[in-house]
Amino acid sequence: MGLITALLMQLGQMLLVIAVAPAVTGLVRKVKARLQRRVGPSVLQPYRDLRRLCGKEVVLPQHTSWLFRVAPYVIFAATWVATTLVPTFETGLLFSWSGDLIAIVAMLGVARFVLALAALDTGTSFGGIGASREVMIASMAEPAMIMITFIVALIAGSTQLSTIAVTMLSAGLRVSLAMALVALVIVALAENARIPFDNPATHLELTMVHEAMVLEYSGRHLAMIELAGSLRLVLYISLIGCIFFPFGLAVDDTGLSAHAAALAAYLAKLTIACVLLATLETSVAKMRVFRIPNLLGIALMLGLLGTLLLFVKASM
Amino acid sequence: MSAFSLDLAHLFAGGLVLVSFMMIYQNRLLPLISTLSLHSLLLALSVAWQAHIQDAPHLYITAAIALVFKAILVPWALRRMVFRLGIHREIEPVVSIGLTMLAGIALVALSLEVMLPVTAQADPVAREDIALALSVVLIGMLMMVTRRNAVSQVVGFMSLENGINLAATGAKGMPLVVEISVAFSILIAFIVIGIFLFRIRERFDTVDVQALDEFG
Amino acid sequence: MSSFLACVAALLATSGLSLMLIRRSFATVTIYSFCLVISLALSVLSVFAIGAAPSTIVLPIGLPWIGAHFRIDALAAVFLAIVNIGAAAASLYALGYGRHEHEPGRVLPFFPAFLAAMNIVVMAADAYGFLFAWELMSLSSWAMVMAHHRREGTTRAGYVYLLMASFGTFALLLAFGLLAGPSGAFAFDAMQAHPLTPGLAGLVLVLVVIGAGSKAGLVPLHVWLPLAHPAAPSHVSALMSGVMTKVAIYAFIRLTFDVMGPPAWWWSLPALLLGGITAVMGVLYALMESDLKRVLAYSTIENIGIIFAALGLSMAFKAAGMGDAAALALTAALFHAFNHMLFKSALFFGAGTVIEATGEQDMENLGGLIHRMPLSSAAFLAACLAIAALPPFNGFASEWLVFQDILLSPHLPQMGLRMLVPAVGVLLALSAALAAACFARAFGITYLGRPRTAAADNAVEADRWSVSAMLVCAVLCLLAGIFPGVVIDRLQPAAVLLVAGQMPPQMHIDWLSIVPISASQSSYNGLLMFGFLVMSATMTAGVIHRVSSRAVRRAPFWDCGYPGAGPVAQYSAASMSQPIRRVFGTVVFDTHEQIDMPAPGDLRPAKLRRFISDPIWDLLYAPIARAVGAVTEAMNVLQFLTIRRYLGFVFVTLVVLLVVLTIWG
Repeated sequence: MGLITALLMQLGQMLLVIAVAPAVTGLVRKVKARLQRRVGPSVLQPYRDLRRLCGKEVVLPQHTSWLFRVAPYVIFAATWVATTLVPTFETGLLFSWSGDLIAIVAMLGVARFVLALAALDTGTSFGGIGASREVMIASMAEPAMIMITFIVALIAGSTQLSTIAVTMLSAGLRVSLAMALVALVIVALAENARIPFDNPATHLELTMVHEAMVLEYSGRHLAMIELAGSLRLVLYISLIGCIFFPFGLAVDDTGLSAHAAALAAYLAKLTIACVLLATLETSVAKMRVFRIPNLLGIALMLGLLGTLLLFVKASM
Repeated sequence: MSAFSLDLAHLFAGGLVLVSFMMIYQNRLLPLISTLSLHSLLLALSVAWQAHIQDAPHLYITAAIALVFKAILVPWALRRMVFRLGIHREIEPVVSIGLTMLAGIALVALSLEVMLPVTAQADPVAREDIALALSVVLIGMLMMVTRRNAVSQVVGFMSLENGINLAATGAKGMPLVVEISVAFSILIAFIVIGIFLFRIRERFDTVDVQALDEFG
Repeated sequence: MSSFLACVAALLATSGLSLMLIRRSFATVTIYSFCLVISLALSVLSVFAIGAAPSTIVLPIGLPWIGAHFRIDALAAVFLAIVNIGAAAASLYALGYGRHEHEPGRVLPFFPAFLAAMNIVVMAADAYGFLFAWELMSLSSWAMVMAHHRREGTTRAGYVYLLMASFGTFALLLAFGLLAGPSGAFAFDAMQAHPLTPGLAGLVLVLVVIGAGSKAGLVPLHVWLPLAHPAAPSHVSALMSGVMTKVAIYAFIRLTFDVMGPPAWWWSLPALLLGGITAVMGVLYALMESDLKRVLAYSTIENIGIIFAALGLSMAFKAAGMGDAAALALTAALFHAFNHMLFKSALFFGAGTVIEATGEQDMENLGGLIHRMPLSSAAFLAACLAIAALPPFNGFASEWLVFQDILLSPHLPQMGLRMLVPAVGVLLALSAALAAACFARAFGITYLGRPRTAAADNAVEADRWSVSAMLVCAVLCLLAGIFPGVVIDRLQPAAVLLVAGQMPPQMHIDWLSIVPISASQSSYNGLLMFGFLVMSATMTAGVIHRVSSRAVRRAPFWDCGYPGAGPVAQYSAASMSQPIRRVFGTVVFDTHEQIDMPAPGDLRPAKLRRFISDPIWDLLYAPIARAVGAVTEAMNVLQFLTIRRYLGFVFVTLVVLLVVLTIWG
């Protein structure tokens, strides 16, 4: 019986993140619209968008190869696997030990690599511009993420997210954790193609990074890539939630009411994060492309500084 | 002292290091001055917290002085000076931000390496705060060395002063007399620098230190 | 033991055979098939020898008072496996590729000799045999580098290679001399019995780093690698990059972990520092290049840096007495060496097939090859994913182990090391991210998009031997990534031998995960990751295809509505790396761009020029070359002395030597 419930919980988490992801994107858009004194689309609009895209014909550019067709599935699968490894409402899920924080970062790297290749496959200059800028951002965001992993792992004594979430409840306020939080927020904004790094709603090539890579996609392929993007946002919010604000996470083997409370806590965290993200995006402007490495450099330096402090004195 | 109060003290000290790094990142003068007032505000909060946990009421006065003088008055005066000099729109040509940050990290590592073994017998709370305070001082000095604009150098000097204050309050028992004398010396230095700046600007039409070097 | 020596003798005999068969048409196929069979036999033997007891033998060949000592222990067996699997793959590839050689006589006799020399280096247990085989390895590879001697740049490449190889051997010679000591004991076990004073140990360490490091490609001794590796034929490049650098790593491990005796903590500093710097510099250089083989050569330098950093970490743990942590780092280093051999061979094989199919070596003239060379592009893609350290391939497994080991290092007693290790960790993380960028660029510009020249448009798929060699390597990469526990368990005898510690046995863990330290700390399951990926992708495809429209149409690309851009309007290799060049290149290489834009109305084309300067060449090698030139110019006077002056020269030398004899005697 224990195995069946554990399996159901794991499956439940997998389906929960997919079900919630478009609503997260929709909520961010709605709050942004409201802050800009517009009415904005409904929060459920992304679901309708996905259904509409699936029903449309796929138009493939003439010179593309099998990689262009397979890429959206690989990108979605990698992002989905990475998201299910992050504890959302319960720690210690059945397969959570198969991948730790470094594996999650690497899975997102797989998705990014394949997306860059798909962009180059189109043989257009837009694909190239998106791919080149994306790998530049990744070349600094990924090391920053690894340093954040080091900070968190040195405090929690493990790179497994379930163990980290449980240990962080009693870790207290620490300088290196504060630095890790700031760095993780910067990296999360960069990886999700949010202002100030990239404008998710742009149509000008001067401001494109992510949009340029998916310019030639249509129909169900585009639907999967959009859903993967929303999933990535859910992943980062869940990551920040389970590492820095692990209140309300249910440990495995507790009862149904504890799980229900944990689910409510998780949804509350998602909502708060969406509102904060929308507020941030409305209040700052997008940076010039070559100012981006400065900000990511700060995230990297903060990560290095936090790790250094922990190496020198474990109580920092 | 509870773990929470110790943690909060460390958090303030670490926050001061963080804001010092933010100062290195700025290359426009007005945000730099705002960051200075944030720096001094954090210092005031840190001193106030130290007053609370050390049960030393005279430190509250120190915190108030830091708040009023360094977080409000001095930045306001600097802003006025910047507007009067007409340099509020300048982008300052700094030594590469990335390299300066790396130097900053190396300085933090150095101050940790130096201070932690030296203070091995001291109170564990004070040790880390003093090590972080030394790094704030060193980063302030780094700012003074890598900047060309005289106003930025003044800001670097102020942040250096904040670091010294942090170190002094971390170790228990700093007499108020010292604080008043420190504040006075800042005031005097400030007036002198201000006069100097105006004179330089009148004569040479610029406060860029590198350009001034060429005249010498 | 004797079977190993018999196989090596067979390789040398094959080399001799090739000299006889050189004029025949079947020479290529015969020689490479012999090499393939012998290398396969050696690989199987060495894999079995890893777990077996060490065997030694002393043969009465070579110098009469030393003889030739050979020893196969766990470390030697691991490296014999690496060498011979790589050799087998290269021989398989060469069965097809070798037919394209214009002058097979410049390659065939040296290839088996090269393989034999590498095997002897790993098996040698005395200094003379070691250095003899080392030099044979350098010379035979030099001969093969010079095979395409009519091509521009090859002679310079060979010259620099010979110079650096001789310099490295000289350093190793001095190191062995110091290790042997005044008693002149040249056998390794005799050297191990003599403990070293710290001063002497420091000197030997520096010499070993110079000697082994220059052959491996450690910055700043790497300058020959990007010249020599691309100049050689592709199967030789694969061997030089994938296998010969590992032999250099073996030399380093053998000398510093085994022969020099128990380490002090500061022995780890050169390996850690230079390893981290090499990793980042290597991949940055790779991003600046557009010649496909040079990119691969620089990427080899990056991976060597990663291996050296892991070895440094292992030495630091060993000196601190933390045997299990040292075993983890050493296993990570050996695992990465094995992985690198696999994916670098596949990458060089791919580069070779591309060059043969199109005649172009520069990425800027390629493109769209995925349509024309489907199988080799799939294998190249797998190798690119592996080298970019992406799951579920093997590159990720070894990098993951290195990161786990870095997380153990706060327990090191020395504060300096505790500050250095996070810095090295940042450098390794940076190099991993930049490597992903580099290989997305390499694969994307070469194989994807539209063909930039007619040569790329007319490419054909390579022959089945080349393709099968690439596919074998790619499949092995995937398998090593899915079942890393198998490889880790196989490597443990070497760890036990060298650092007296080992990782927990991996094969009994549920679901075939790997647990490097303890289950509560971290674990990774390659099989499940791979399984989840495949399952999610197929499930998603199934569901999406149910609910979506099935209509598919081919049309010209949209490109934001810009009309018919030709293939030249695509991103080129230089443009793809431009953002990274601006961020990192301005700091490290002093890159800048100069744009010559004509005025409106002027019809001449705009020009963009890139300037890149190599800081290591300018700061280290150019001054040395100038100094050597100046000194030799000054000494040129000696060519033109009168007879009296020459006699005076001889007289003065004689007097000086007599004085020296009296003082020392």
